[in-house]
Amino acid sequence: MDFQVKMFARARDLADADSVTVALSGSCTIADLRRALSEQYPALQPVMTNLLIAVDNQYATDEMPIAPQAEIACFPPVSGG
Amino acid sequence: MKNYTEFNDRIELTDALIDYTQLTEAIRTHQAGAIILFLGTVREMTQGRQTLCLDYEAYPEMALAKMRELAGETRNQWPVEKLGIIHRLGHLELGEISVAVAVSCPHRKHAFEAGQYLIDRLKEVVPIWKKENWSDGTTAWVHPGSGSPIPLQKGGT
Repeated sequence: MDFQVKMFARARDLADADSVTVALSGSCTIADLRRALSEQYPALQPVMTNLLIAVDNQYATDEMPIAPQAEIACFPPVSGG
Repeated sequence: MKNYTEFNDRIELTDALIDYTQLTEAIRTHQAGAIILFLGTVREMTQGRQTLCLDYEAYPEMALAKMRELAGETRNQWPVEKLGIIHRLGHLELGEISVAVAVSCPHRKHAFEAGQYLIDRLKEVVPIWKKENWSDGTTAWVHPGSGSPIPLQKGGT
């Protein structure tokens, strides 16, 4: 299954795209998504452990499954204010 | 959890200058005896390095959702009359206002505590990022420690 992942800040710069497509086969958890992102977008690999994943506007933990229509985003720790 | 929508809290992202006078006026009420206004501004020096300007970026949908959640969390813990959170995005020069948090409460202790909670949590969980444009010509995204973005909420009062 293909997932669209929105990218922000340094993650977007490294991926060189506002949004990337990630192909997942079999299990579809956040951990699987992280692995696939690292494989399919190697520029993200060095920082992947620091990147945060959000699903439908909520922070997601690695064991969470991803629903097919979920809105997914990937970004570094936040620094607003 | 109280639903923020029933309170008409002012939660905004903007590319324009933040009108903090208007924001402050908007949260005044006869029920409040205390109003606090916090302004975050672009600082020139950080640990010996000189900033020329900052660029802010947000994941707007989630940022607004998180700001509304924070408003609800705050209302659950303190007797807030009105509150507003406005964060600016885009290019900011030195001294410009990047964020404004305004809270009105019956008494000052609660207003200070609620305001501190809002700005502290905003900096932890709201997906907004700043990019430093340093005086040496380099630029860098500011990405603080990689700890969990979901720290436990502080105890209520």
